[in-house]
Amino acid sequence: MTEFLDPSPSHTDMVQLLNPEGERVSHPDFEFSPDRPEDEAVRGFYRDMVLTRRLDVEATALQRHGELGLWAQLLGQEAAQIGAARALAPQDFVFPTYREHGVAWCRDVDPMQLLGLFRGTDQGGWDPDEHNFGLYTIVIGAQTLHATGYAMGVQMDGLVGTGDPTRDMAVVAHFGDGASSQGDVNEAMVFAASYNAPVVFFCQNNQWAISEPVEQMVKVPLYKRAQGFGFPGIRVDGNDVLATYEVMKSALKRAREGGGPTMIEAYTYRMGAHTTTDDPTRYRLSDEVEAWKLKDPIARVEAYLRRGGGASTSFFAKVEAEADELGERLRAGIHALPEPDPVRLFDNVYTELPPELQEQRDGYAAYLSSFDLEGASR
Amino acid sequence: MTKMTLAKALNAGLRRAMEDDDKVVLMGEDIGRLGGVFRITDGLQKDFGEARVVDTPLAESGIVGTAVGLALRGYRPVVEIQFDGFVYPAYDQIVSQVAKLHYRSGGRVAMPMVIRIPFGGGIGAVEHHSESPEAQFAHTPGLKVVACSEPVDAYWMIQQAIAHPDPVIFLEPKRLYHSTKAEIDVEATPGPLFASRVLRAGSDVTVLAYGPTVKTALTAAEAAAGEGKSLEVIDLRTLSPLDMAPVYESVRRTGRAVVVHEAHVNLGLGAELAARITETCFHSLEAPVLRVGGFDTPYPPARAEEYFLPDLDRVLDAVDRSLAW
Repeated sequence: MTEFLDPSPSHTDMVQLLNPEGERVSHPDFEFSPDRPEDEAVRGFYRDMVLTRRLDVEATALQRHGELGLWAQLLGQEAAQIGAARALAPQDFVFPTYREHGVAWCRDVDPMQLLGLFRGTDQGGWDPDEHNFGLYTIVIGAQTLHATGYAMGVQMDGLVGTGDPTRDMAVVAHFGDGASSQGDVNEAMVFAASYNAPVVFFCQNNQWAISEPVEQMVKVPLYKRAQGFGFPGIRVDGNDVLATYEVMKSALKRAREGGGPTMIEAYTYRMGAHTTTDDPTRYRLSDEVEAWKLKDPIARVEAYLRRGGGASTSFFAKVEAEADELGERLRAGIHALPEPDPVRLFDNVYTELPPELQEQRDGYAAYLSSFDLEGASR
Repeated sequence: MTKMTLAKALNAGLRRAMEDDDKVVLMGEDIGRLGGVFRITDGLQKDFGEARVVDTPLAESGIVGTAVGLALRGYRPVVEIQFDGFVYPAYDQIVSQVAKLHYRSGGRVAMPMVIRIPFGGGIGAVEHHSESPEAQFAHTPGLKVVACSEPVDAYWMIQQAIAHPDPVIFLEPKRLYHSTKAEIDVEATPGPLFASRVLRAGSDVTVLAYGPTVKTALTAAEAAAGEGKSLEVIDLRTLSPLDMAPVYESVRRTGRAVVVHEAHVNLGLGAELAARITETCFHSLEAPVLRVGGFDTPYPPARAEEYFLPDLDRVLDAVDRSLAW
């Protein structure tokens, strides 16, 4: 009973395949078996994580320079996101929160489009259907219902359990430890269980919901909640990209094959602030951050590759150069993002502009042009 | 030609919409085997199966939120909210997701969804079963809001709402569900969905109503005629967007307008209508636009609802005040 109520991780209940020291460890149920040679796969993860971290660091700096209104940092959560995203089949569909920059990266969403949202030039410039990656969702937990409904639709389309792994689809609902308190997340799990929907609930437990520690609202380990809804839950070391990849792969496979939902709790840590408006020094001790630095998701992969000879020195230099290039591209591109045209405020409220809104738009356009006339007559 | 109640007309309209488009999926509490608490979906699950008439868990946010996912997947969900007062748990999904996804996505995502809500009082129900939340949805850009008031309209409007590419809040006057029957010509060509309609021509005062109060307004017009007063009655039908052209045309002739709705008067649809009429027909007005509606109190216990709801006498009183101005 005490064990069940203990929300801290232990080796017995958390899947880990690569420890913080960068050593491979074995697990009775999971084995790292990527779809390409092992070292090549790990190098790929490393590159994804480094570039995602650079995107995050650059975006944070751009916010500090006043170029973004806000940025939600993912620092420390790279392994959870890259592992989860690289396990996807192309046809799988992902519903993100507002922090899944690493997943967006893997789904080929141009990072400039993420910046557009946080700069305020648009509210999400990518086409969800082109990338099988939904819009960022700010109201926490709301997207878990969308994912579940989408998965119900996939099921109605007959794209579950056909036996053809290139056709069968799974849907991913991303959310965090904070959102796990939301009614929507709990309702999503009720619906998913009820219809046996092909959805994977991927919870990044980064230990902090802005300033509120997870222990304040979560009294049993999060992954154990799944059992109450009627499907399996599993905790994975979210700072271990290998383990996250494998656990996610098996949950997605289960969903595609008609086995129903799974909840994955990726146990990780938000190294940075909640967003750039947050100041974590007001509510958490630096000791805690320092302890988690030792579990850094990128450092352990680098240690593993260097020690085992899985990557050459030139590989690391090449990735670093690529990251520099990405940083430059973001800094240069930020001013190229088109500023919104005032009259286009009225676009896409509806599929067609209703007459009354048309009138409002025309009135505003006339009002705006009256300034031009004044200017001209002066 | 078949004679149908409003409830049967909605049922027939839903059936036809499901026959016309196999992407139409009904979702809601008790809508399957039971046919809905008002029997609007009676027999549909039997004929279309459990995959298209989905009995959902009892969670309104869950129903609307999963409907969003289905719409993103290319379906056209038609959601039944069991009673008006139960829509609030879904309010966030409706206002922040359903209403805004098309806009947020720069038009890339469509959200063809109908949320059916039986609304209004007069059925002697316990609390939370008699509310009129239309202004809350009409106030939200991205949503369209319509209300039917009689069987023929109900039959066509539900089909038009389902075929429409934007999300539609579809309000059904529950106290008229099983009231009078009307002949429905299923071969007819319906008028546009987002249009108000003059139901009775008159020359002294324009009375604007929608949903359950249309019947009240028509009864008032009949009674007023007996006293030599000629009321023009307009069924607004569409609450967002409003179709004001017939209203302006009418008020310019009569110089007087009375709005009747069950919703609270404070910041209700009547306030918007009064503002627009005043802005546009100022020089034609002989009296300020008057509003008759529910008081700015919570909906009262059932045995007091007759004091709360606008009735024939309160409408006639407003008409008299307008004429006496």
